[in-house]
Amino acid sequence: MTDWIIVPVVLPAAMAASIVLVARFDLALQRTLSLATTVFLLGVAVGLFLLARDGVPRPYLLGAWPAPFGIVLVLDRLSALMLVLTQLLALLVLLYAAAGWDRQGRHFHALFQFQLMGLNGAFLTGDVFNLFVFFEVLLIASYGLFLHGAGVRRLVGGFKYVTINLLASTLFLFAVGTIYAVTGTLNMADLALKAAQVGPEQAGLLRTGVALLLVVFAVKAALAPLHLWLPGTYGVAAPPVAALFAVMTKVGAYAILRVHLAVFGGAGSPAIGLVEPWVVPAALATLVLGTLGVLGARSLQRLAAYSVLASMGTLALVLAVPTSAATAAALYYLVHSTLAAAGLFLVGELVAERRGAMRDELVPAPPFPQLELLAAGFLLAALATAGLPPLSGFLGKIWILDALRGRSAWPWLWAAVLVTSLLTVLALARAGSLLFWKPAALAAPAADPPPPRPRPLVPLVATATLLALPVLLAGFAGPLAQELEATARQLYARQSYVEAVLGPSSPPAPLER
Amino acid sequence: MEALVASGVGVLTAVGVYLCLRGRTFPVVLGLSFLSYAVNVFLFATGRLVVGRPPIIDPAAPGYTDPLPQALVLTAIVISFGMTALVVVLALRGFLEAGSDHVDGREPRDERR
Repeated sequence: MTDWIIVPVVLPAAMAASIVLVARFDLALQRTLSLATTVFLLGVAVGLFLLARDGVPRPYLLGAWPAPFGIVLVLDRLSALMLVLTQLLALLVLLYAAAGWDRQGRHFHALFQFQLMGLNGAFLTGDVFNLFVFFEVLLIASYGLFLHGAGVRRLVGGFKYVTINLLASTLFLFAVGTIYAVTGTLNMADLALKAAQVGPEQAGLLRTGVALLLVVFAVKAALAPLHLWLPGTYGVAAPPVAALFAVMTKVGAYAILRVHLAVFGGAGSPAIGLVEPWVVPAALATLVLGTLGVLGARSLQRLAAYSVLASMGTLALVLAVPTSAATAAALYYLVHSTLAAAGLFLVGELVAERRGAMRDELVPAPPFPQLELLAAGFLLAALATAGLPPLSGFLGKIWILDALRGRSAWPWLWAAVLVTSLLTVLALARAGSLLFWKPAALAAPAADPPPPRPRPLVPLVATATLLALPVLLAGFAGPLAQELEATARQLYARQSYVEAVLGPSSPPAPLER
Repeated sequence: MEALVASGVGVLTAVGVYLCLRGRTFPVVLGLSFLSYAVNVFLFATGRLVVGRPPIIDPAAPGYTDPLPQALVLTAIVISFGMTALVVVLALRGFLEAGSDHVDGREPRDERR
């Protein structure tokens, strides 16, 4: 059964290659292969999630090399949760894109599968250098997807996006090298053991390496002041691609959880207490800047991009708190904000393609077809994004506020979360009234409205499903909360993780450095 | 030897950072290359600088050198090589489409002829 752990990494890789080689000129076959793979992967992810629910981390030894000498993948509750979230989002985005967006450039489906391979690998790996490799895989695929259907704006923005990520990758290597130089290992379980044995003369060096790694993950998670790449990327990419990218910032958040809080957060580690003093101010700045961006955005897609930024700020506020109660709240908001942001991107594009030359600019325009339906969809997406009841954004924010209570300066953190929520509500209400109410007030449409073109139903269904998920998250919040609390507790149960990967009777080898 | 390698990494990084902060694409690409050279040498040194020892345990040899950083460097070289190729193509396409490779997406006013 544990052999299935490798499937979410190997299957998309094989399928991406086959799509390029076999189905290069046959878009219908590409769609079939890609959709079938993603459906299957969702099934595998759900299976792995159920498998991981017993609370035992399961290592998969690549090439059967024993840890820590070989590379391991580790399935635990957290990685299984991220797998399910990724496949679910990917399937809905792919359904949306397969209705026509994939025709705008070549190799969309191959790149999409490579992207899935990188994401799944990053969530499953139990080795820090392997994490770097999977980061590169998902970034390479994301460069291709970002440039999909390229225009001038995307090419100019693409260079900046690639450059900032290459710089971050270089920094990642410096960090990994420093950590290896001190501990002599890169296996996460082994690192958790060795970090506690590092002597005082080497502790500063290890802290430096771990702090560098925090900078790298902060770039990925778009925390201020390293967030400037995000609006120009998410606001410009093809909307289905931007919707998929909603999960990419969460890879950075996941990596901070896994590496900084779980691996280097154990008793005796010199890198303990590194995250909170740095990440909380950065998160506050991200939240404020993101909300200002939401207020100032002139198109729906840029608004959605800045809302991703604001939600990363909210998430990082509670992510930095190293207790399992706070981490459970962070995980709930992580799942919610990924789905809500993707929903907002897709609704925005549905509106944009019906408004003709106006696209999704926030200016009044004549009425467009299916206005009421899309207004309802936008309302759902906006409620979820702003965090208003009754959807999961509200529950997520309440839970975050509760988790923050008692931390240093918590009244200020509360004030920031509440005031930015209010401003987001204002911005979204203004955008909604401009898009959906102003048209009704404008003069009647031209005498001869063009005959309605048949519109594909699949994108509507995909978007509606995506928007229904925050409703489900709110409806099943109780069982989900228990699940996430168990996930957070398992993350901090370092001993069982180490024993699962390195074997039960692992006397820590002395540190020879 | 330590001083030489350390100052080499330092100089390469400084050059790389300086070039990455320039406003046009070509110096930035060069800067990224310099940074990747710097990190390769740095990774190589993380296994400690050892001369004339085999990278495997050999009873006849007086010791061994850590083989893992060499594997890491190899991976890093392959990735940075591919990335440099991609970023060069991207810079070129962007320049051809936008007519300028300045970071602002257009020529600064004082340099325009």
